[in-house]
Formats: sequence, structure tokens, C-alpha cells
Amino acid sequence: MSKFTRLGNQLYTGKKSIDFVGRRWTWYAISAVVIVAAIVGLSVRGLNMSLEFTGGTQYTVTVSGSADQPLADKVRTSVGNTGVEAAADPTVTTAGAHNLIIQIKSVSTTENNTVLKAIKSTTGATTDDISQDHVGASWGKEVATKAVQGLIVFLIAVTVFIAMYTRQWKMSVAALVALAHDVIITVGIYALVGFEVSPATVTGFLTILGFSLYDTVVVFDKIKENTKNLRATKRSFAAACNLAVNQTLVRSINTSIVALIPVAAILWVSAVQLGTSTLKDLALALFVGMAAGAYSSIFIATPLFVQLKSREKDVVDSERRAAQRAKQADPYAHVPSFAEGMEVDDNGEPPAEANAPEEHAFRGRTAPQTRGPVRDSGAAGRPQPSRQTRSKRGK
Amino acid sequence: MASKTSRPGRTLGVFFLVLAIAYGLVALGGSWKPELGLDLQGGTRIMMIAKGHPSAEAMKEARNIIDQRVNGSGVTAAKVTTQGGNQIVVEIPGKSRDDLVNEVSQTAQLRFRLVACQNTCATSSTSSGTSGVTGGTGTTGGTGTTGGSSTGAQRAGLGFDHKATKKAKAKMQQKAAAATPSATASAAPSASASPSASATPSTSGTPDQKNDVSVDDAVAFMNNPPADEVAKFDAYTCPTSGAPNVTDDPSQPLITCDAQGQKYLLSPAIIEGTQVSDASAGIPQTGVNYVVTLDFHGAGRKAFADATGAIAGTNQLFAIVLDGQVISAATADSRISGSAEISGNFTQDTATALANNLKFGALPVAFDKENGISHTTVGPSLAGNQLSAGLWAGAIGLLLVMLYCLIYYRGLGLVVISSLIIAGASTYAMVLLLSKGAGFTLDLPGIAGLIVAVGITADSFIVYFERIRDEMRDGKSMRVAVDAGWVRARSTCLAADGVSVLAALILYIFGAGDVRGFAFALGLSTIIDLVVFFFFTHPMIKWLSHFKFFNRGHRLSGLDAEALGIDRITVGGRA
Repeated sequence: MSKFTRLGNQLYTGKKSIDFVGRRWTWYAISAVVIVAAIVGLSVRGLNMSLEFTGGTQYTVTVSGSADQPLADKVRTSVGNTGVEAAADPTVTTAGAHNLIIQIKSVSTTENNTVLKAIKSTTGATTDDISQDHVGASWGKEVATKAVQGLIVFLIAVTVFIAMYTRQWKMSVAALVALAHDVIITVGIYALVGFEVSPATVTGFLTILGFSLYDTVVVFDKIKENTKNLRATKRSFAAACNLAVNQTLVRSINTSIVALIPVAAILWVSAVQLGTSTLKDLALALFVGMAAGAYSSIFIATPLFVQLKSREKDVVDSERRAAQRAKQADPYAHVPSFAEGMEVDDNGEPPAEANAPEEHAFRGRTAPQTRGPVRDSGAAGRPQPSRQTRSKRGK
Repeated sequence: MASKTSRPGRTLGVFFLVLAIAYGLVALGGSWKPELGLDLQGGTRIMMIAKGHPSAEAMKEARNIIDQRVNGSGVTAAKVTTQGGNQIVVEIPGKSRDDLVNEVSQTAQLRFRLVACQNTCATSSTSSGTSGVTGGTGTTGGTGTTGGSSTGAQRAGLGFDHKATKKAKAKMQQKAAAATPSATASAAPSASASPSASATPSTSGTPDQKNDVSVDDAVAFMNNPPADEVAKFDAYTCPTSGAPNVTDDPSQPLITCDAQGQKYLLSPAIIEGTQVSDASAGIPQTGVNYVVTLDFHGAGRKAFADATGAIAGTNQLFAIVLDGQVISAATADSRISGSAEISGNFTQDTATALANNLKFGALPVAFDKENGISHTTVGPSLAGNQLSAGLWAGAIGLLLVMLYCLIYYRGLGLVVISSLIIAGASTYAMVLLLSKGAGFTLDLPGIAGLIVAVGITADSFIVYFERIRDEMRDGKSMRVAVDAGWVRARSTCLAADGVSVLAALILYIFGAGDVRGFAFALGLSTIIDLVVFFFFTHPMIKWLSHFKFFNRGHRLSGLDAEALGIDRITVGGRA
């Protein structure tokens, strides 16, 4: 664990840095491939809509013995032979250790009783053990309409919220693109794998949008902080953003782990105990979406934001300054500066924390600046070198 | 310094006081278990979508009427709610009452029955035959004319004691109508009684379908009510106010009242309200008063013809029963085999109300029987499994999160754990209070929401702790870092939790059924997370920062130099 926290420190100071911003085309390419796969999956296979959307009847039977395939086959035959037209071709699946799920088309009350009788006689279940869902077709439509409405309203609200929060339209755009990225990928995974989409899935799905944004907000918060005073930080805009992502990386990983632990617990317990249920659908959507959300806030949102900003004057200036500084880099930068009690190691890296120099972009000694810092001066109308008096400089 | 030390303590004190008050309220409420949703305790849920775009008032009225229906059918603790502007949800906890679906969703529990006794059983009806019903197409209706399309009705005057149509509009109806004579027709069409006898083929006494009670049986019942029913009838007294609380089983005789408190012994239903094909109110071309025109589907038309034929001219009554209450009782003067016309002292309002009652029943909205109705029955076995699964998932999730935080944050992990416990306690108190006060029920998605929120809650602490660590890496001492980190973590958490609450709010508004439980739980726990974060975690950390264990960076505090990945931590302003 301490290695991880040590990594946290190195990421924080910039000693170790993963180039999220610079290698953006790699991340874009990865996302593009996944998104294309998602869209192809969606258009070819479509979504596996659950009974709540399509309408029909579903029985969940809790059997006392184990719910296995032979029993499911027996139930399928007996339900199919009831003579009820809607139940002519039932779908029977096992769910968890003790549950059977039987799906048929919509039935009337009398037909329902016939089917129930067949189920009871085959499985030995009592009325208490059987749960029924009867869903009318237009009810499903209503649920779907509501879901779409919710999605649209949420996206609008989120756009407004993000715009108000960031006050930079480019940041909003980046956050929304990351959001869309998550949405497409999650939907695509559902289409490709063929997971069932139920209203609970949609709920989970809408929650993901919140989560994805939550992650992005935290990262952008740090970016705002790091780039507030771009001149003073002596970093290029891209580097400052990259540092922000690296600094929040530990938090992002921790957050994702902590958020995924309960979801995984739900997923596991419900899959083992219940087979299929509201809980499982919800947890699955959350699981897929959270993973995508964590990825997009780091790999998509920030690089995209940097790219959108790359033409702005401030950013270009900072880029130029950084390039200039890099040119003037200390030729002895790789030579470690001496510290008291420093380990002497010929082939390894020098212990990084030994007297960490202030400018973290380079290792080792920091070259003294050739010129003093430059400050805007209102009086002169152009930047003036600002140099404090000799006594104040401590000479 | 003194004020600084006392502040976190005071905040903590106030926080615990509030929590204690919350639990005090819970104790006053008396229930230590939250109200469980249907999916956790078993039961039946019926969801219906109204056709078209009903007004809010109509939905409210429909809700009330369905509520009466459900509770009238012997179910206790049923909950009827409206959702999303056009949905009505009936929840019957604990029981598998799938059979209620038809009854509840029926727009009209309107039935036609024959009256065996009115008020007393000794004499035949004391009918104050008042208004008239005319067989006919309606356009030619009028007491003196022959019905256009009706075959057997020369003069289809129906003595019609028109009573209150609906509770709401009862005031409009007065006995003023009682003047119109219907006796004029009483002698004429007695011949029409014969076809009714021959026309009823069904002879079986046991009605296997609800509309199959033969008119013959009903007539027999009317003429010679069984003694036990009469005894029950004599024992029955009408409630002084409100609708009579009776079970309207179409295959059974019914003892009930009308809005004026007259009691009736009624035969099994002969015609269902669903067989009314159309009803409308209007002034016929030849008339001056409002009438209600009524038409039936095939079987209903035949039954109505037979029934009117049977009672024609006998001063016997048939009653229109709406949701167990008699809204009209009338005599018939002849067999009416076409559309019927009810005339009386109607105003436009009362005529329209009666027509709507006949057409839709009491419900001002209609449901799409084929597609618009969903009903779910959760068996107690599955419900029990789901409850235990939810609790297990919650327990496992919470424990793992605590464990992770303890390993990663060590001493600070204890703060996470205590914060999570406090948040859990607050949430439980709120759930109890809300389920007592606002009717909140905890269902499976709700539990899922609470579990998912564990992650969100823990994340606030992670953001805060990482900030403190970052500040300490910058060379601040712990006490300073706690304050500096707080300022930054606070705004981040507010923004992030704001998104969560926003998501929950939108889910709650746009979600139906299950979704709302999830959204509510998520929103609730996010808000509680903020409260705990502000008024427990932060003061707690501030308080702990006075202990050497933390501010000197003990190896197990989670803030030691090694954990931070720096050489040595700053203590008391000296690095």
C-alpha cells in the first residue's frame, strides 16, 4: 500500500507522470474503436429489451429444490401444453440456485390461472412461491418514453449545471463529450453482450451519467486550480492539465474502487441469490458505466479540453514559454544534486525525494534562471523585469 | 487557540444532539423498522395508464374511487397513488390479490340489477315512479312517441325514480322530479313479458361467467327473494352518510342503498356496465328537458330487453348500481330492445354526469385494458429472498469499503468508518421518519440506492483526505493542511454531490415506480453525506488534528511521512 501512496506523492509532484494529454490520439483511437464497435453492435444486434418494455407475462418461481435445466425443460413442456395460445412457446430460464423464470405473452385472467396451475403442479410451488409480472404493451412504451424524457431533461440540466459550474464553454463541451462517450459505450456493451435492458437498467444508466460527470468535475476542479495562474506555474497549459490529471489519479482510482466495491457486492449477491432482479440490472449498468466514466474523465475529457483550448492566446503563450524554458534547460539536469545521507547507487535511479528540486519537470539540479521573472507593468505598458532589491534578495 | 479547540467540539455536539432528536422522534413514532416495499414483503401492484390526457382533478377523483373500490373489496392497507400525471398505482402489500386487477381497472363498476325489495320487503315497491325512460333512438324519444328502432316498444315509458347520480353531484338532484307521472303507461304493454321468458336460453343456475346470470333467475329472485336474503336485508341499515360499504359481486344478490338512504335488495347482476356501448346527454329535438340516451352491446341489449320485458307494467324496479351504490331505480312499461332514453328532471350537469357514469362508470378516466395495465405479484418467498439479498449486499459492500479505507488510510480510515456509521445511522433515522411521516417505503431499488451511495459518501472523505495529504506534501503541517484541504475539498464535494442530487431529482421526477425508490434513496443519502461531511467528518478531523498521533504523523495515522511519500512531515511549522 505504501508503494501506492508513494506513487501518489510522485504523481502529485510531477516526478512521475503519465502523459495523458500528450498521447491523446492513442486514447482517442482506443475510444473510437470501442465506439464504432458499440454502434455496429447496436445497429446489428439491437438492445435486448426486457418484458417491462415489450409487454407480456413473467412468472418467477422460487422452488424448494434446485432450479436446474431438467426442471426448466419440464416446466417448458407443461406450460407449453396448457393449450393457452399465449403460452404456446414459453421461455424458461433458471436464475440463481432456486429461481425459475417463465416468460410468455400477455394472458387473460382465466388463462393465467391455467398457466399457474401447470406451473404449480410441475414445480410443486405454492402460491406464495410464485411472483407474477403482467405488463401491458403500452405500459412498456410509457416506461420507455419516460426514460427517454428523463435522459433528455437530465442532459439539458447537466449542460446548464456544467456551464454554470465551469463558466467555460470549452470545459462544458469536453465534459459533455465524455458523457456521450460513456453513454454510447455502455449502450454498446449492452447491445454486444446482449444483457437485458429493464427499467432498472435505465435507472442505473441515468445514475451513471451522474457518476461520470462527478468524476469529470473533480478532475476539472484540479485543472482550474492548476491553470489559474498559468504564468506563475511556469508550465505549459497542457503540462498543467496533465499534472492535474496525474494529481487526481490516485483519488480517481480510490474513488472508482470504493464506488465499485458496493456495486460489485450487489452484483455478486444478487447473481448468486436471485439470478435476475432489479438489483442485478441496476448494479450491472452501474458497473459498466462507472468503469467507462472513470476512463473517460481521465483519458477523454481532459485531453479534449486541452485540445479545445490549444488555440487560445494564453495557452499558446504558455506553450511558447514552456518551450523556451525547455531550451534553456540545465544540461546537468540528470545529475542528481547532493543531499545529506544520500544513497550512492551507480546503476539505479537516485532516490527521488532527496532534496527534491523546485522545478519538477526536470530531475536533478535546477539551472539558475538567466533572467528575472517578468511582470506586467501598467505604467510602462509592457512587461517589465521585476527584480527585488539586493538586500531583499539576500545578498 | 481556545476558541479553535472548542469549535469542532461544539459542532460535533450539536450534530449529535440533532441526531439524538431524530431518534427521539423515531422513538415517539414507535416503529423501528421502515415500511417495506412490495418487492420486499410480497404483495400485488397494479399500474394503470389512463387514456388520453386526463386533468389532475380527474386523476384525483379516479384515485379516490379506486381507493374505495379496493378497500371495499375487503383489502386493508392498500395504497392507491397517482404518478406522473396519467398513472394510477394500486399497491396491496402482503397479499397476492391478482384477482383484483379486473375490478380495479374497470372504468365502470356499473351493473344493472333487478330490485326485489325497496326499503321493506313486505310490499312490492312503493315506487314513486317519477321520470320516464323511453325506448327509442333518442332523437324521437319522448314519453308519447314510439321508439324508432325498438321493436317491442310502442310506448316505452319507464317509470324512473331518478336519484342522485354521483356523490359529488347529489345536491343537484332533488325529489322535485317526483311529479312526472309514469303511471300512464302501466297498463299498455304487458304482452311484452312473454318474450323475455322464451328468450333466455341459459338455464343453468350456476353462473360461470359473471354476465351469465340469466334474466330468468334474476326475475325469479326478484319475485321470490330467498328468506335468508330477506332476513339480511331487514337487518341492514343504511349508513347515514357516505357510500354503503358493500362488496359488489355480480353473481350474488346485493343489499345496498342509494344516496338518499333508501335500501334495496337486489338480484344478481343482469347486465354489466361494460355492456353499455354508449351513453350521452342532450335535449331531444322534440323535447325541452335533458335526457340521457343509453345503448348496449349485443348481449346487454338482449338482457335489457328481457329484463324490461319481465318487469314491464308490474311496478317492479330495476336498479342501476354504480360501485355498489344504487344511482337509479326505475320501472319499465314495456320491453325495450333498442336504445333507451332516461328522462327526468335533469339539468345539463346532472344529465352529463349520469351519462358519464353510464359510459365510464364512476371513473372519470379510462384505461387501456389491452395494453395499459401492468400488474405484478411478488410472492412472499421471492420477497424474502430479495430482502435478504439486499441486506447481504449492503453489509458486504459496507464492510469491504470500510476495510479498504482502513488499509489505505489507516488512522484516518477510522474516521471514514465512524463517518459511514454515523451516515448510516442518520440515513436509517431519516428513512424511519420519512416512512412514518411521508409514506416512504423502502423497496429493493431503494436499498440499491442506499448501497450505491456508500461509494459516494466514502468518496467525499477520499477527496478530503487526498487534499490534506497534498497540502502536507506541499510542506504544510497537518493542522494547517486540514484547514487548507477543507476549503478545496469542500467546493469539489459540493459540486460533485450537486451532480448526484441533480441526477436523483431528475430520476425521481421522470421515473416511474421502482426508479423513484432508487432516486429517493440516492438523493437522501447524498444529502446526508454532505451533512455528515460538514458537521461530523470535518470537525472530527479538526479535533483529531490536535492529537500527536495524527499531527506528528504516527506510522498508523495514515499521515506519516512514508504514507505521504515524503521525507519528513512538517510539524508545528518546522519541517
